[in-house]
Amino acid sequence: MTRKQKRLSVIAGGLAFLGAATGLTFYALGQKASYFYMPADLTIASLQPGQRIRLGGLVEKGTIERGQGTTVAFSVTDNQKQVKVTYTGILPDLFREEQGVITEGTFRPDGVFVADSVLAKHDENYMPKEVADGLKSKGVWQESKSD
Amino acid sequence: MVETGHFALVLAFALSLVQALVPLFGARINSQKMMAVGGPVAVTGFALTSLSFAALATAYATSDFSVANVWDNSHSLQPLIYKITGTWGNHEGSMLLWVLILTFFGALVAAFGSNLPAPLRANVLAVQGAIGATFLLFILATSNPFARLNPAPIEGRDLNPILQDLGLAIHPPLLYLGYVGFSICFSFSVAALIEGRIDASWARWVRPWTLVAWMFLTGGIAMGSYWAYYELGWGGFWFWDPVENASFMPWLAGTALLHSAIVMEKRSALKIWTLLLAILTFSLSLLGTFLVRSGVLTSVHAFATDPTRGVFILCILTLFIGGSLALFAFRASRLTAGGLFHPISREGALVLNNLFLTTATATVLIGTLYPLVVEAVSADKISVGAPFFNLTFGPLMVPLLVAVPFGPLLAWKRGDIFAVAQRLMAAFAAALLAVLVTALFIDGASVFAALGVGLAFWLICGALTDIAVKSGLGSVAPGIMLRRCAGLPRSVFGTALAHLGLGLTTLGIVGTLCFGTEKILSMHAGETVQLSGHTLRFEGLYPAQGPNYSEDRGRFALLGADGSTTSVITSSKRSYPVRQMTTTESGIKTIGFSQLYLSLGDEATDGSVVVRLWWKPLVTLIWGGGLVMMAGAAMSLMDRRLRVGAPSRRRKSTGAVPSASLP
Repeated sequence: MTRKQKRLSVIAGGLAFLGAATGLTFYALGQKASYFYMPADLTIASLQPGQRIRLGGLVEKGTIERGQGTTVAFSVTDNQKQVKVTYTGILPDLFREEQGVITEGTFRPDGVFVADSVLAKHDENYMPKEVADGLKSKGVWQESKSD
Repeated sequence: MVETGHFALVLAFALSLVQALVPLFGARINSQKMMAVGGPVAVTGFALTSLSFAALATAYATSDFSVANVWDNSHSLQPLIYKITGTWGNHEGSMLLWVLILTFFGALVAAFGSNLPAPLRANVLAVQGAIGATFLLFILATSNPFARLNPAPIEGRDLNPILQDLGLAIHPPLLYLGYVGFSICFSFSVAALIEGRIDASWARWVRPWTLVAWMFLTGGIAMGSYWAYYELGWGGFWFWDPVENASFMPWLAGTALLHSAIVMEKRSALKIWTLLLAILTFSLSLLGTFLVRSGVLTSVHAFATDPTRGVFILCILTLFIGGSLALFAFRASRLTAGGLFHPISREGALVLNNLFLTTATATVLIGTLYPLVVEAVSADKISVGAPFFNLTFGPLMVPLLVAVPFGPLLAWKRGDIFAVAQRLMAAFAAALLAVLVTALFIDGASVFAALGVGLAFWLICGALTDIAVKSGLGSVAPGIMLRRCAGLPRSVFGTALAHLGLGLTTLGIVGTLCFGTEKILSMHAGETVQLSGHTLRFEGLYPAQGPNYSEDRGRFALLGADGSTTSVITSSKRSYPVRQMTTTESGIKTIGFSQLYLSLGDEATDGSVVVRLWWKPLVTLIWGGGLVMMAGAAMSLMDRRLRVGAPSRRRKSTGAVPSASLP
């Protein structure tokens, strides 16, 4: 091979590599990114069966039920609609009634959301950003300044 | 004292402006006097910033709640260590630490840069001063840590309990030393662009700074990972959290820089690329600072969400990244391209390394920023988590890891891949053995897991092979070999150690992910549970009182084969009354390189407690490997060639590579 051919083959190899990496990235973004919904959004949103989503809102008062063992059921609400969620595992330390949560998982055919992870706020001033924005857009949220 | 701190900070800002302008102008008009201003000003600026930082730390240590920042993030009952570390456990204080470290590195250049050509030194200090000036302005204008409260409150609002941990004492300073350390490489690059000349000696000056920054960043990330692992109680060591990614991207780019700088130093090739990488690495550090400090992301680290801050940092980001890249676009053509080499050579291997690492950086960048972009252009909110990164980052890393042992054994310019493969036969055999042993003798090992273990052994044995081959194993007598081994340059050991550390980390990750076991169950006092051959008995919950919290301690007895208690593991639920926050302290027992990890959940009405247990085989190797990598960097730094002021340096450099500057 001449020097020029060599250089071309190296460049072609590099480009092919970058192309493969780009393709993989966009494939993964299409497949693996999970969308965020509030309960009221779900009626309009068409979900494919088994699609992973993040469901956020407030933990509805009086709905936390501890089942046998480590399964917990509760409702997530945005004061317009509620979605029943079940979760097996340890709830975060800051999981409480009427507090913002984000749950991630899939819907069961009967409409119950099976979460495999539950995130709660990190401290008393903090509300998951998506939940705060969602509640604001629904007019539920009041700006409260604690300091 | 507090006002002194504020005043010192204002002075430091003024000095950094002087540092940014005077030496730069001096270098243009070739005035020795003006160029010489940079050094003393940089050192004084560091002294003033230290004074300012000390003032804030003192306010924290003495619980001076008349300072708003202290009131917001401290409490008089906190142990002294957490009072002090609370100084940087908040937005304002952590920015002050950031600037402190920035000026520290500037002062280091001033102190150790006496052998640099005067214009280069002046320009480096000027760029460093400009970065310092913008960040000092940022602190003074939007995040003043010294604001007073009147009347002064009697009691503070406590530090976020998650941060009340020794991790806060170590993780941010190490991380910032790494993050901000890359500012030096950035300043060197911009200075080279301003001057329009770059030569091999430039790489020799930049490489030790890259090594230092990389070493601290490695430590910072490893420490942060371990902290998240034991403090958050989720048992994971890496979450692909945007903020973790923010520190990981400069690390990946910095690793690439470390390797391309070798090519530039030794072979005078890849000059323009190295320069660009140095700019990109620090740009990623700045981006990380923006992501963490602007509050655009939801994260444990997002202390404050004040939009003006976000906009300000975005301006800084645009100024430095945009400015340096524009300068690069204008000036890079004036720099000459370096020497040629065959694709199969040490240079070729290092280029491959760079290709993979920068692509990996790009995928992490895309995954981190994609949700922000999507939210900006449509109203959709999405999250990109571990599944995305596993699918993109994983496949990129595997071929790179397979290639690692080849690199150091290839010759410069033109290598013989078959000869290298022959030398690596032993390492390959060891890796193959590891695959077979794992697949045949460990229950439930998947093919994937076995190959993972094999890959880790390949890396570890490859690193050892490097040393063995270079000391002449098999071709010379053992005595000569030992002498040769002792005579090898430290950087050879540094490379081998860093690659060994990479292998150990890989082994830890594979062990934990593929062979770890997990159980969630609710337990009554006296019940026992089995997990991967370990028997644990729950002894019950015991209340206890800490200095600024109360806790319920769950005691678990680890039982020996005969049923006797061999050790006690405690996991507790702490409640901090001031912030009305609960945290979980996980219970960890280290057995060999592996760990038993347990975390306490809620108490049920029938008196049982939800417990989550993990058996994490080889998990400590993940961070242990990081320590070994740091040791490798330290070893390389001790190399005679790189040591500041080493007498033989200049002589060597002139012989090997001619200066490549253009008039």
